[in-house]
Amino acid sequence: MRNAYHIVVCAGIVPDPLQTLEPVTTPTGPALKNEMMLPAVLDPWASHALYEAANLAAHATGSKVWLVSAAPKAKLQQVMMNVAQKASFELIPIDAPANGFADAHAVAGMLADAIQAIPGLDRSGLLLFGGWESASRGAGVTMQLVGEQLGIMDQFQGVDQLTIRPDGSFEILERIEGGRHLVSICQGPPALLGWATGNLPEPKNNPQIGMVNMRTVMPALQKAKPGTLPHDAVRYLSVTPPKQQRQTRIVKDRPADEIAAELLAWILQE
Amino acid sequence: MSPNILFVAHVDESGTALPKAAYEALGAALDVAKQLEGSLTIGLIGETVQAVANTVAATGARILGVSGSDFAQPRYASDAAAVEAIATLVAPDIVIAPGTSRFLRVIPGVAGRFKGRVDTHLTSLDLADGVLTARRWFYRQRLEAVLERTARPWFLAMEPGCHEAWAGATATAEVQIVPVLLPAEAKRTAFAGVRAPTADAQTIRPDAKLLFVAGAGWSKKQADGKTHLPEAEAVILDFLRNSGASLGGSKSLVDQSGENQAVLRFMTHLNQVGQTGATPRHPKGLSTCCHGEEPHVVGWRFINERRAVNLDPNCGWARGKADVVYVADAFQVMAKLNRLLAAKALK
Repeated sequence: MRNAYHIVVCAGIVPDPLQTLEPVTTPTGPALKNEMMLPAVLDPWASHALYEAANLAAHATGSKVWLVSAAPKAKLQQVMMNVAQKASFELIPIDAPANGFADAHAVAGMLADAIQAIPGLDRSGLLLFGGWESASRGAGVTMQLVGEQLGIMDQFQGVDQLTIRPDGSFEILERIEGGRHLVSICQGPPALLGWATGNLPEPKNNPQIGMVNMRTVMPALQKAKPGTLPHDAVRYLSVTPPKQQRQTRIVKDRPADEIAAELLAWILQE
Repeated sequence: MSPNILFVAHVDESGTALPKAAYEALGAALDVAKQLEGSLTIGLIGETVQAVANTVAATGARILGVSGSDFAQPRYASDAAAVEAIATLVAPDIVIAPGTSRFLRVIPGVAGRFKGRVDTHLTSLDLADGVLTARRWFYRQRLEAVLERTARPWFLAMEPGCHEAWAGATATAEVQIVPVLLPAEAKRTAFAGVRAPTADAQTIRPDAKLLFVAGAGWSKKQADGKTHLPEAEAVILDFLRNSGASLGGSKSLVDQSGENQAVLRFMTHLNQVGQTGATPRHPKGLSTCCHGEEPHVVGWRFINERRAVNLDPNCGWARGKADVVYVADAFQVMAKLNRLLAAKALK
């Protein structure tokens, strides 16, 4: 039975969800207005993947976590100031202008190349983690493409739970339709898990972990390899925000009985 | 030259039909084939495929099938091998698939094997100046884009609920079975069942006409300075039972359970609606005790009629995000509404 895992987490960065997004057209395709000025966060589902990876590594002695991220270096550095305090990892940055409109195939290629170049990575004990979708492109495509390039045939998406069984096999719960979970038993690594939310809360910031991480994060960022993305893989004919603004009717000072009756009529209306 | 179009689908859990999303995607595939004057082939995967092939025989398309016990249940390695085998035979320019959980897991990887391109969660396929274009949302339903690609094969996974489902008479189909032999390494994962909440606790109902969203306000202190969680649970579960609504939750409420705070016990991350949760499709939505901030409301993009009950007249819902906002105590309104629904059920 295997006791230690080499866990690689793929995670991009996305604009903070509270920011207003406005599309603009650039010579290289669509982008977000003032994109470099928008505060960014680590992609939410990929963040869950990182927390799950850190938790698993903490319970499997000898395990190690790498965080591979393709993002503009300056933005990634900002995000790391916070993320590095939450979990122990070694950062593998790729300095690339990856946003929601970047082609997933090109991003997957960069991530796969970076993973293959990790010194000392034990592919037989590899667990490849990531979010099942990003909050930018939201396609749920990149991880599978990376997995294919690395030859990983056991892939799971929308994962909410990973349980290591006594014989070293995994029980994995994946989200499926109707609020249910598909239960699978996988013999062990290598495997790819695209996480949904999992079961762990966001870890509190731990400055000690942050200090240890930053010793390697900052040099890694300085040495980040540049990644280039093709501009002709996909052509965007339009990118628009939804315009729908409703004329809201505000109902005040009405007794609960009347409101309930009005809601009942609305619910029953075909 | 007319393009080769492949529609692929898997048998549903009953084993005798395709998922509804597959019939919708088939409708889209037929439209595309007609507009592009292409030839359509249907590829089916399941333990047995004859029964489902009969349900699509009336399309007149050539039907290929991969069948056997190895293909009865979702598994990346076997599903990918099956789709790959069918696509190898068809050599398609366009592959259209339903965006079910089973196929969203596998279609991108297969596209990678063919050095093709893939786009998912597509809400429509259209022709612009004779060129196939796909429409989808980016940044969690905050920006909508129309795109096209020249690379082929182009794999397209359709979002459920975005196209009318194809329906035709059942007939006896001629199915060409495609043999697929799985190596041992493709069987390292085994299906171990489906875990679902008990029928009474099943709060997510994708086909419900109404989405009922509970916000963090249900777990906050009320006018008497105390929380009323047991009462909130009873009111919400009564309403779900009486109305048949599907339950959604705001992130702030769902997160409380992960942080071991006092919460609604039936509320999980699966219920979460919004930027980091689901974007369900229901004709109507009723929000209660939720402020209607943008990260949550992006999950309402596909809810047509929206009403909200909130004590704050300046909440997000009141700023053009809902059709009607009732400024009232949701505990009182929902209790009354439950009584009305129960009385109606007795009649």
